Amino acid sequence: MAIISTAGLARTFQTKRGPVEAVRGIDLTVRPGEILGFLGPNGAGKTTTLRMLTTLLAPTGGAATVAGCDLARDPGGVREKTGYVAQSGGVDPTISVREELVTQGRLYRLTKPQAAARAEELAGQLHLTELLDRKCAALSGGQRRRLDIAMGLMHRPEVLFLDEPTTGLDPGSRADLWDLVRRLRDEYGTTVFLTTHYLDEADALADRLVIVDKGTVVAEGTPSALKLTYAGSVDATLQDAFLAITGRGPAPQDQTPVAV
Amino acid sequence: MLLHDIALVFGRYARQTLRSRFQMLFGILMPLLYLLFFGPLLTDLPLGSHGSSWQVLVPGLLLQLGLFGAAFSGFAVIIEKQTGVLERMRVTPVSRLALLLGRVLRDALLFVFQSVLLVLAAMAMGLRAPLAGVLIGFAFVGLLSMSLAALSCAFAMTVQTPVEFGPVINSIAMPSMLLSGLMLPMALAPGWLDVLSRFMPVRYLVDAMRDAYVGEYATSSMLYGVIVALCFATLAVTVGTRVFRKAGA
Ligand SMILES: Nc1ncnc2c1ncn2[C@@H]1O[C@H](COP(=O)(O)OP(=O)(O)OP(=O)(O)O)[C@@H](O)[C@H]1O
Ligand SMILES: [Mg+2]
Repeated sequence: MAIISTAGLARTFQTKRGPVEAVRGIDLTVRPGEILGFLGPNGAGKTTTLRMLTTLLAPTGGAATVAGCDLARDPGGVREKTGYVAQSGGVDPTISVREELVTQGRLYRLTKPQAAARAEELAGQLHLTELLDRKCAALSGGQRRRLDIAMGLMHRPEVLFLDEPTTGLDPGSRADLWDLVRRLRDEYGTTVFLTTHYLDEADALADRLVIVDKGTVVAEGTPSALKLTYAGSVDATLQDAFLAITGRGPAPQDQTPVAV
Repeated sequence: MLLHDIALVFGRYARQTLRSRFQMLFGILMPLLYLLFFGPLLTDLPLGSHGSSWQVLVPGLLLQLGLFGAAFSGFAVIIEKQTGVLERMRVTPVSRLALLLGRVLRDALLFVFQSVLLVLAAMAMGLRAPLAGVLIGFAFVGLLSMSLAALSCAFAMTVQTPVEFGPVINSIAMPSMLLSGLMLPMALAPGWLDVLSRFMPVRYLVDAMRDAYVGEYATSSMLYGVIVALCFATLAVTVGTRVFRKAGA
């Protein structure tokens, strides 16, 4: 039984310069407890897909269920069971770290003491304890990123959507986050749907990868399966496979124009 | 559940306001200047109403405070869109109505608080009015601020930058203030201007408030004022919630 499944999920933006087909029909399924890496070049439609799956953006085509709730009919159910860390974050610079965390917990219907305790716990796990009483404006880029992640975890969601969670993190914090994601899955069975441009991260963390380009799924499978299929060997790098899939690699010899 | 959500959202914004003395006092500057430098000019003029000139001017200034303050409430929405705070709150299960009402109630309360300060200043300048009338006036200020703040936030949801927002609001707020007779009663106006001003909802509020300030509560102006204020608030909150419910553009 899939915890996320989409069928022909699509979104076209109407702009003054005409329609932009950001997502053209995505079919995918995610099993409970899976860590899914959602990869693709800039502008492939990753963030747009995540915003649809988290109810922020109405699809212009297709359907999806998330955590047993239909996206169109029961957006409230989806919101209760999922957590979302947006690519560009979302904390108010004028509010303290603790207050943002507690209010976030309460928006997810935790009681005041529950929210306060959970804020302390997450601050410990994400190394924010000393920063709890600072204004969000007074955090470094990586510290703010860790706060964004903590905000998405306050209510222990069944499904967690992370949009480039480790962008801007130092190597130590990144390794810590990988551990945290694995622990969430191992201890709580959380399903994690994450995007990243770091292919070593995708390789190390994800059970399975879905690669999108120009709004459609162009490949999917375990990291080793993708390497074998697209780069010819399980020992190849994921980078080689990725470039071969998205067609941005060096062009094959016989297609190189003779005169430049 | 809805009340719980509204209280939560209201609390978040109220704490933010309480921390900023600037935000708490800034809105009263313009009406205070009118009170100090314009009010004294009216003391001996025939304004076509019973009671002193202060009883005519102060209700207008209070609504002006609410009008300009609340019309710009949407600025905060634009900033929250840019910082991602709005989307972060919109993925939580909190009610969409609460996301709107929590913030517009904070605005309404803020402008009522500023109105109290302004009335105290006006009393120092010479205003005398019955307590019940003054309290009724605060209720009108609260309702108007809430309505305009809801519309302003709804409009802010549909624009991308403050640059698109400010000029539009200004070009609506300024004529509304003049056409509603906030500075001087429309009773003084020539026929065509009086007719035009009857299309402005705020006109009915200010007429009702001026009656309240002279202790006349059972008048037709009061009835119209109450009806218009309530209908306008219902309309504004309905429109606002509809926009907040719809996924962001
Ligand atoms: N509100 C919008 N209006 C118009 N076009 C949009 C809007 N949001 C996104 N797009 C377009 O849709 C496409 C997909 O954008 P999206 O943000 O989903 O890409 P992404 O895969 O997340 O890229 P990145 O890796 O750079 O974050 C892009 O071409 C983008 O310009
Ligand atoms: Mg993106």
